[in-house]
Amino acid sequence: MTNLKRRTFIRAAGAAAALGTLGFPSLVLGAARRVVVVGGGVGGCTAAKYLRKLDPSIAVTLIESKPAYTSCFMSNEVLSGERTLQSLTFGYDGLRGHGIEVLQETVVGIDPERRQVKTAGGRAIDYDACVVSPGIGFKWGAIEGYDEQVANEAIPHAWNAGPQTQLLRDQIEAMPEGGHVIIVAPPDPFKCPPGPYERASQIALYCKHHKPRAKITILDAKDAFSKQALYIEGWTKLYGYGTDNSLIQWVSAAGGGAVEALDPSTRTLTGLVEEFQGDVVNIIPPQKAGAIAFAADLVDGDWCPVNKRTFESSRHKGIYVLGDASSAATMPKSAYAANSQAKVAAAAIVAGFQGKEPDDPTFVNTCYSVVGEDFGISVAAVYRLNAETNTIESIPGSGGVSPANASPEIRKREVSYAHSWFKNVINDMME
Amino acid sequence: MENMKRDKTVHRGVCHLLLAMLALVLPAAVSAEPSGQAMSFTCAGCHGTDGASVGPSMPAIAGMDPEVFVDAMQAYRQDERNASIMNRIAKAYTDEQLKEMAWFFASQRLRLFPQPHDPVLAEQGARLHEEYCEKCHEKGGRPGDAGTLAGQWMPYLHYSMEDFINGKRKWPRKMQRKVDAAIEAAGDKAIPALVNYYGSQQ
Ligand SMILES: Cc1cc2nc3c(=O)[nH]c(=O)nc-3n(C[C@H](O)[C@H](O)[C@H](O)COP(=O)(O)OP(=O)(O)OC[C@H]3O[C@@H](n4cnc5c(N)ncnc54)[C@H](O)[C@@H]3O)c2cc1C
Repeated sequence: MTNLKRRTFIRAAGAAAALGTLGFPSLVLGAARRVVVVGGGVGGCTAAKYLRKLDPSIAVTLIESKPAYTSCFMSNEVLSGERTLQSLTFGYDGLRGHGIEVLQETVVGIDPERRQVKTAGGRAIDYDACVVSPGIGFKWGAIEGYDEQVANEAIPHAWNAGPQTQLLRDQIEAMPEGGHVIIVAPPDPFKCPPGPYERASQIALYCKHHKPRAKITILDAKDAFSKQALYIEGWTKLYGYGTDNSLIQWVSAAGGGAVEALDPSTRTLTGLVEEFQGDVVNIIPPQKAGAIAFAADLVDGDWCPVNKRTFESSRHKGIYVLGDASSAATMPKSAYAANSQAKVAAAAIVAGFQGKEPDDPTFVNTCYSVVGEDFGISVAAVYRLNAETNTIESIPGSGGVSPANASPEIRKREVSYAHSWFKNVINDMME
Repeated sequence: MENMKRDKTVHRGVCHLLLAMLALVLPAAVSAEPSGQAMSFTCAGCHGTDGASVGPSMPAIAGMDPEVFVDAMQAYRQDERNASIMNRIAKAYTDEQLKEMAWFFASQRLRLFPQPHDPVLAEQGARLHEEYCEKCHEKGGRPGDAGTLAGQWMPYLHYSMEDFINGKRKWPRKMQRKVDAAIEAAGDKAIPALVNYYGSQQ
């Protein structure tokens, strides 16, 4: 290994020599560059932190509507009672500690010509580069009778963690002994592909101990879902899936699971074949990029097209769109993906400021799901750019899901990995 | 052999320097492969920023010996370690890329966090360590060419020992004999004692 050690030394020496002769340009360029980050979620926070890490001379302003971030990841554990919403809520002081200015404001427009971000409070903030990571919005109207007000008051989507998550938890606790919970799962693409099924699992975990005669039905707009075989293995083992007494039922689109309308007063859903009535109904609507992406003309259809090398918008130069709002297939809309994309964008922005070409990007996604007590599963992928097709592709021979029928020990470990992942991703984005 | 390696290394170093200078002279050169830093940044979601894990099941990899890093990743790549997500991730990287990442993490500062531990067990573990482990895991298991034990997360250490004992991870030279001897001496308490000892260190 001395071999390796020598090499770093030589590299460091090389870099120092290069700086000695040619280190001036960035100084000559004068005034500090400013990056404005819109949205203090996974993508936005990570980008802000890594911009400062890569180049502390950059002034970074993060604009976020809410005073604190409540993570969606692990919020399904609020539904089982395994954790509180409070345990998912984090302030922005960690980022301030990295010298980032954090403003609590809502961004209402971005002017790509004048390079200016406009807030609801009437501020106009200039930028050299702008990062936009606003998360998702919902396609209201896709299910007749389901709108934002109904979601807030009676039939929560709980797909942005917050008061609706608590409402759903309270409804599940209050429902009768043999109650019926319906989860309406959305069509692709949507935030957190395994999420609706982890949600069913976590509700089943609660019911198993507190309401064993309850039933959970997933009405799906799809015929297949993420980590399906592993979920079914877990449900069979933990919740009697496939038997008459199963806590969980999954109805595929082909099996009549697609839902067209809701009657909120009776909590009745109209499917193509039959009607379904629940004591608790959770509708996860079809999704699109967050509102600011539309206001700033960053979308093509429902999502924001980007250059996959840099995550710069294909529609407006100088604006980088990350996370759920971006069109980044084959990466899923996940926290890990947003975190990984943010680092690629930060490096590209820094390279751009220095007049350099960005390196080829590298991305990772991992996503754990907690199916029940001592039963965790995961999916992982390492991605690279295919420059010819401007697509992100999984590196052949790598990635994939947890092995089928793994030992109980492995399944148990994956639960603890899930919880440790949560701590580390929060650490990496905001501490 | 060692000499050849060195020549190649120096050669590469010179190349890097030339490339770096070229890149500065000729802007907009062709884009480069992802750097070791960029690849290492992708690990932070699970291992914490720069490998300073704050999640007890994920080992801290900051300050890790580069050879230990490469060995571990190669073992994962070849499915020689108990299947975790790492088997699937390691398969994406070439040897050269693993070395680049190894270097990145080796140059990061290890940050240790206080862990709840049983002081009586830790005391017993300290004695076991001295007798059976210190020879390879020097200075109480501080980072070195036998890995990082001191201050490492305890759940992770538990998993590792379970894997060694259950034949799911290849024993390094002499280790099996030493662990057997420690178990012979302290019975069921041996492993928890050692883990508590390492976890007690700051
Ligand atoms: C139930 C559930 C479970 C999940 N589990 C996992 C998991 O286990 N692993 C995983 O990797 N992912 C998981 N996810 C997905 C993860 O939460 C998202 O993919 C991730 O949060 C995306 O990050 P983002 O930056 O795109 O958006 P977000 O994290 O949603 O952040 C967007 C932020 O922007 C702010 N914002 C929006 N518009 C404006 C504006 N105009 N002005 C100012 N601020 C604005 C919002 O308030 C918000 O704080 C889960 C999601 C759900 C719903």
